[in-house]
Amino acid sequence: MSALAENYQGAVAGGGHAQQLTEEPEHGPSKRIVVAYGFWIFLISDIILFAALFASYAVLTDATAGGPRGRDLFELPIVAFETACLLLSTVFCGIAGIGAQARRKGMYYGAMAATFVLGATFVAIELHEFATMIEAGAGPSRSAFLSAFFALIGCHGLHVSAGLLWLLTMMAQVYAKGFRADIQRRLLCFALFWHTLDIIWVALFSLVYLVGVAPR
Amino acid sequence: MWGKLSWEAVPLHEPIVMITSAVVAITITAVLAWVIVKGHLPYIWKEWLSSVDHKRIGVMYIVLALVMLLRGFADAIMMRAQQAFAMGNVGFLPPEHYNQIFSAHGTIMIFFVAMPFVIGLMNFAVPLQLGARDVAFPVLNSVGFWLTATGALLVNISLFIGEFARVGWLPYPPLSELNYSPGVGVDYYLWALQISGAGTLLSGVNLVTTVLKVRAPGMNYLRMPIFCWTTLASNLLIVAAFPILTATLAMLLLDRYLGFHFFTNDAGGNPMMFMNLIWAWGHPEVYILVLPAFGIFSEVFATFSAKPLFGYRSMVAATMAICILSFMVWLHHFFTMGAGADVNAIFGIATMIIAVPTGVKIYNWLFTMYSGRVVFEPPMLWALGFVVTFIIGGMTGVLLAVPPADFVLHNSLFLVAHFHNVIIGGVVFGLFAGYEYWFPKAFGFRLHKGLGVAAFWFWIVGFFVAFMPLYALGLMGMTRRMQHYDVPEWQPWLQVAAAGAALIAIGVALQVIQLVWSIRHRESLRDTTGDPWNGRTLEWMTPSPPPMFNYAVMPDIGGVEAYWMRKQSAIERRALLPEPEYHDIHMPRNSSAGFICAFFSATMGFALIWHIWWLVAMAFVGAWAVFVVVAWRDEHEEAIPAATVAAVDRANRAAREAALPTLRPAT
Repeated sequence: MSALAENYQGAVAGGGHAQQLTEEPEHGPSKRIVVAYGFWIFLISDIILFAALFASYAVLTDATAGGPRGRDLFELPIVAFETACLLLSTVFCGIAGIGAQARRKGMYYGAMAATFVLGATFVAIELHEFATMIEAGAGPSRSAFLSAFFALIGCHGLHVSAGLLWLLTMMAQVYAKGFRADIQRRLLCFALFWHTLDIIWVALFSLVYLVGVAPR
Repeated sequence: MWGKLSWEAVPLHEPIVMITSAVVAITITAVLAWVIVKGHLPYIWKEWLSSVDHKRIGVMYIVLALVMLLRGFADAIMMRAQQAFAMGNVGFLPPEHYNQIFSAHGTIMIFFVAMPFVIGLMNFAVPLQLGARDVAFPVLNSVGFWLTATGALLVNISLFIGEFARVGWLPYPPLSELNYSPGVGVDYYLWALQISGAGTLLSGVNLVTTVLKVRAPGMNYLRMPIFCWTTLASNLLIVAAFPILTATLAMLLLDRYLGFHFFTNDAGGNPMMFMNLIWAWGHPEVYILVLPAFGIFSEVFATFSAKPLFGYRSMVAATMAICILSFMVWLHHFFTMGAGADVNAIFGIATMIIAVPTGVKIYNWLFTMYSGRVVFEPPMLWALGFVVTFIIGGMTGVLLAVPPADFVLHNSLFLVAHFHNVIIGGVVFGLFAGYEYWFPKAFGFRLHKGLGVAAFWFWIVGFFVAFMPLYALGLMGMTRRMQHYDVPEWQPWLQVAAAGAALIAIGVALQVIQLVWSIRHRESLRDTTGDPWNGRTLEWMTPSPPPMFNYAVMPDIGGVEAYWMRKQSAIERRALLPEPEYHDIHMPRNSSAGFICAFFSATMGFALIWHIWWLVAMAFVGAWAVFVVVAWRDEHEEAIPAATVAAVDRANRAAREAALPTLRPAT
């Protein structure tokens, strides 16, 4: 990561933008380091938000009030496909980062578009899953277990949706402003955000879906 | 079209509320009219509302806190008055109104007085103490402030449109669920806190990054002033604890808005899960408030004893120990839940362990004063008053940490007396000490000393008169939140408590008079040197008030108390360091993003409370548009020419040079 970061920094500074020079402080870490650091701190707080939802899910997982359990509801093949979409989107997000670093617009736009399509597919499948469950009478009002399930998965889905909005904004920003230093910093934050959502999904897939369908 | 909102939401039949509304409306109109007629609007907009200067934002936080303190204190006076008279009768406040008052009092005092006051002082002082020109994220900082102000605005709107929560300062379910609280009161509470909580989180991210990444050259961790350490600890707790609050309140919102069953009585909901979650945030919150206060006291004791802080490293260790331990004791808020003897014992012991690092701190402060040259300026009085008061509060806390004792005292007035004892004696006294201490730095003139001393004495005597009877009442069996009662033995104690509240009211009035008097006579109170207290930390190196860029050249830090060392060597050599070379300084431009963001978030919060869905959607789009517009700007910074920097610094140097012969070397 740090070698890549150095490389990234070099690529940005080598771009010959006059603004870059004034933006760097007289001493101490560069603005890029400070921004990414702050964003990491924010991501930690976001992970804690999910931890609270995970904890609630764990407490309420047996509170089904006579309603369906996870193994009655979850369809693993569909969820596996959903997971594949999100993991693949992360790969494209990484490629977009390399494209931005190399200042190759085609590579950047193509990879960002692929990230968007895969992310949107993920959200669409999730909404379909929710709709099917609600139609079958297994909505969030059915039991505390389902409340916790919908809140936890839904919170992740909202994050992905917000990420998609951010992604489109970043594509428009690069279109309007080019690969400027401040935009590169935002791209870095976006990538961190997207990868974090991926990590959280891995935990969700394992702890909610895989454990949920496991025989007792 | 307007959701649940109709003219019935305005409480026309309640004279107290309507008179208050009228007074507030007239005051706001008068202030606005004065500002516009006098032509101050451009100044206020340019220099304050759209400012991203950490010092200005800090001051705005404190102004917000002081205004809300008056509101929260008015609630306190009403409660004390009600209980003083409501023996065998219903008193002058209807029950549903009384319930709103104690809920609003607690909510306001914690979230909109203590929090903004603490964050304001941290914002103002910490970058100066670190030798930094600015915080890590200035625009984010401004947005954080405006989100906090939005929360405060929503709480105040609830006074006039609709109602506030009647469920206490923490909305315990099932009472706070839709079945039992169908009105908008709980929704006002929830959205106000969600919005201001987001602001607090942004502020936490900003200050953690600032302390860890934006420091003067040579300012390594063990050279930072203690206030920076406590700020770091407090903001780490904000980052770690506030998301739990957000998640918990979101779950309650889902219960209320979309029929979820997190905390309901039916369908498997678990109300006790709310208690666990809310206190997993709530106990660290106590330390978010009190750790910065400890930091302020550390600065004050060292400065006004003219000695370095005793046991600097043990103070750092104690601060970080409290930071971690604060996450391990939440269950002591509900020993009566019935988790069993083992669980209760573990949490009881963990709670008592926190008394150890706190005790270390108390001894450090006492030893700092020992053989020092103690000066009894108002900040020092607050610090001394704190030590006495806080020790009593701490000991009653250790008492409550004993589970069997807690079973007797739970939710009694003994508990109310305890937490007021530590929050007023610890946090509020600390904030007032910080207010008096940094006021000359912020505005360039001191506050009147005599009035400050008088205010202190009325406060501390009033505090003891108001709250010691509550300990007795708790032991006599009186529970908290009673609208009226039928036990004649309680009444004399409650009347004494009311008299105490009146004494505190005199203290508050003296503080208001002190501020007004000092502003009017500021020329005679002028701080010409920038170092009115013979300070030790870096902020006293700057002129008062400091320029926007804080430091003309970055200070080079050679040890703890860098400014004190520099001052001593200047006294020895009878000369300042040679004039440095000045360069242009790049500072962030003003940004209206925070203010506009507050407009949209206030609209969105109000629309969510009243179920006006189209307005929610419009406000969301508006807020997103603001972010995009901010992201689109090209010029983030502007340069301050070296000549301007030089002029400011030369004036500061001239003032210091003139004062140099009057300074005597430290013994």
